Amino acid sequence: MELLSGADMLIRSLQDEGIEYIYGYPGGAALHIYDALFRQDKVKHILVRHEQAAVHMADGYARATGKPGTVLVTSGPGATNTITGIATAFMDSIPMVVLCGQVASHLIGEDAFQETDMIGVSRPVVKHNLSVRHPEEIPEVIRKAYYIAATGRPGPVVVDIPKDMTTPNERYEYSYPKKVKLRSYNPAIRGHAGQIKKAVDMLLAAKRPVIYAGGGVILGKASNQLTELTRMLGYPLTNTLMGIGCYPASDKQHLGWLGMHGTYEANMAMHHSDLILCVGARFDDRVTNATEKFCPGARIIHIDIDPASISKTVEADVPIVGPVDAVLKEMLALVKESKDKPDPDAIGSWWKQIDEWRAFHGMRYETSPDVIKPQEVIELLCKLTNGEAFVTSDVGQHQMFAAQYYKFDKPNRWINSGGLGTMGFGLPAAMGVKLTHPDDEVLCITGEGSIQMNIQELSTCKQYNLPVKIINLNNQALGMVKQWQDMNYESRHSQSYMESLPDFIKLAEAYGHVGVRIEKKEDLESKLKEVLAMKDKLVFVDIYVDRFEHVYPMQVARGSMKDMWLSKTERV
Amino acid sequence: MRRIISVLLENEPGALSRVVGLFSQRNYNIETLTVAPTEDETLSRLTVTTTGSDKVIEQITKQLNKLIEVVKLVDLTEGAHIERELMLVKLKATGSQRAEIKRTVDIFRGQIVDVTSSVYTVQLAGDSDKLDGFIQAVGTSGVLEVVRTGVSGIARGEKVLSL
Repeated sequence: MELLSGADMLIRSLQDEGIEYIYGYPGGAALHIYDALFRQDKVKHILVRHEQAAVHMADGYARATGKPGTVLVTSGPGATNTITGIATAFMDSIPMVVLCGQVASHLIGEDAFQETDMIGVSRPVVKHNLSVRHPEEIPEVIRKAYYIAATGRPGPVVVDIPKDMTTPNERYEYSYPKKVKLRSYNPAIRGHAGQIKKAVDMLLAAKRPVIYAGGGVILGKASNQLTELTRMLGYPLTNTLMGIGCYPASDKQHLGWLGMHGTYEANMAMHHSDLILCVGARFDDRVTNATEKFCPGARIIHIDIDPASISKTVEADVPIVGPVDAVLKEMLALVKESKDKPDPDAIGSWWKQIDEWRAFHGMRYETSPDVIKPQEVIELLCKLTNGEAFVTSDVGQHQMFAAQYYKFDKPNRWINSGGLGTMGFGLPAAMGVKLTHPDDEVLCITGEGSIQMNIQELSTCKQYNLPVKIINLNNQALGMVKQWQDMNYESRHSQSYMESLPDFIKLAEAYGHVGVRIEKKEDLESKLKEVLAMKDKLVFVDIYVDRFEHVYPMQVARGSMKDMWLSKTERV
Repeated sequence: MRRIISVLLENEPGALSRVVGLFSQRNYNIETLTVAPTEDETLSRLTVTTTGSDKVIEQITKQLNKLIEVVKLVDLTEGAHIERELMLVKLKATGSQRAEIKRTVDIFRGQIVDVTSSVYTVQLAGDSDKLDGFIQAVGTSGVLEVVRTGVSGIARGEKVLSL
């Protein structure tokens, strides 16, 4: 057997795990590991400019590819800087392994230089964390970390590695475990057959059904099964912000997404339904509005890999714990062989009602002859990229506009921080996507507030030649904060105005990129075309959009799903 | 409603902090908590008493089950069970009080385990109500110090929480 140092074992384990890229930043406690990294060429390391960005990069990679991302940082500040990224991944169930250096074992607890209890600090925002206690354990710990991160309900796993675990001159026998067995961790591999049968009977008997799909469909790689089942039944489908792309947005059965800024028809259909089939979603407060007023006439079937997501906020009538792809496959088989068929009259009149709702609002917004509306920028981008781009976003109004007006027909292409709402996510996430999808268009739709939270990564983009397109919807304000202040605080714009904005064009140029400013509406299309034609350049597009625009529809606070503002003046 | 949740936990560093952390993160109550290794040295047995609506208790058990180091758990209050808590109480015991306290200890089937000229240290085991009852009976004015272990519990009959 081969004898390797702890550091070499760590890197070999990553190779044997099939890891292509790690994102990170070196420092004292991680130096043995960085040296081992230097002496090989299979695992490529991307040097970011701030550790938070390394985690978002790994996250973007994971969301686009479905494979776990990997981060390597040093102890102390290196580790604590990853926390926002880890929490982001945790809230959206993104598989990821974060390797953190730690001070040598004998120094732990002595407030040593760059010592932080990373196991303790990360505990509330990880699926699990592991500490290396002996160098020989490294292969097993790494195997376990990826296994836990990627199976069941995925999530981030932190591995804490004291410096003396990676000492170069102490060598141990290396072998990478093929399998992991954890007696206390056995994610469900199929749903309960009786429950599935019951669900199918209810589905086929429904008069006003809605399928409500979430990010779990994308994580569980079940888009095909979901699409097949939805089309076979002929039922309307709405998805969450996280579920965008799990079902083709251009399909007529698709109602758009639901919730706080969801479409009128999706929210109305949910509220008036008699049966909700929830697939891999978690009845989040941004979806349900006030839970006590949530869909009063609906019975609920809830499929989720995580039993704790079921009946957490809204009681399920038929809970099904299991992987969504396996459960949907069984449901499909049962629907196919069932003698019962959906009631054509009931479903017909249900669609008639839905089409009326659709016609009533239909995601309209007011255009202006001279001011650029943020919505039209997104619609134009969607048209110019044939709806095929990978789109990452930051957090705020631009995120909602991007999600509303870019029509995604495929999963894994809409990449945003849905659960935690992390500003600064968009650019590094886009970089993680671009790295593995060099031939695809990758757009980072952002705002002048969010982009400044991780703008240092423009430097990383230069180093690794990552020609993403940054679409800065510049409204010279923290738009969503301002919108809430307009609606709830009599337009007292406390701290929501972005004063002293940098010249983004010069900034982009300083980092060695191209900057394009768009201020006039008549220039919008031609300039965007020019930008998209610069295939091998990172272009920072600073677009001056309407400063007063609000995101609509918007659910009325503490109301039911059907209580919405449709514009600044219309409330239903 | 008060519940007693009994957990088999991997006997590993950090496992206990995950359980305790979960309760504070998710705003659940811990009334008592006991933990010690079992006859299988790789496992600890943890007993936690908590209060909450059925919905909250369901979430607590589900969230606990999600912790990688939780091997198995049971809500003992769902069935017939035995619960015990151990208490050590230091009581002021001078003059006529000494005989009175001794009688009360006997009634509660406790033991005086340490004696000085002015103090009795009493050991008492039982369910939590019984321990509360003893403190009430001797009166709080004479109580110098109380230490309670928190509740340990086990199901009655054939039912066993094991691997």
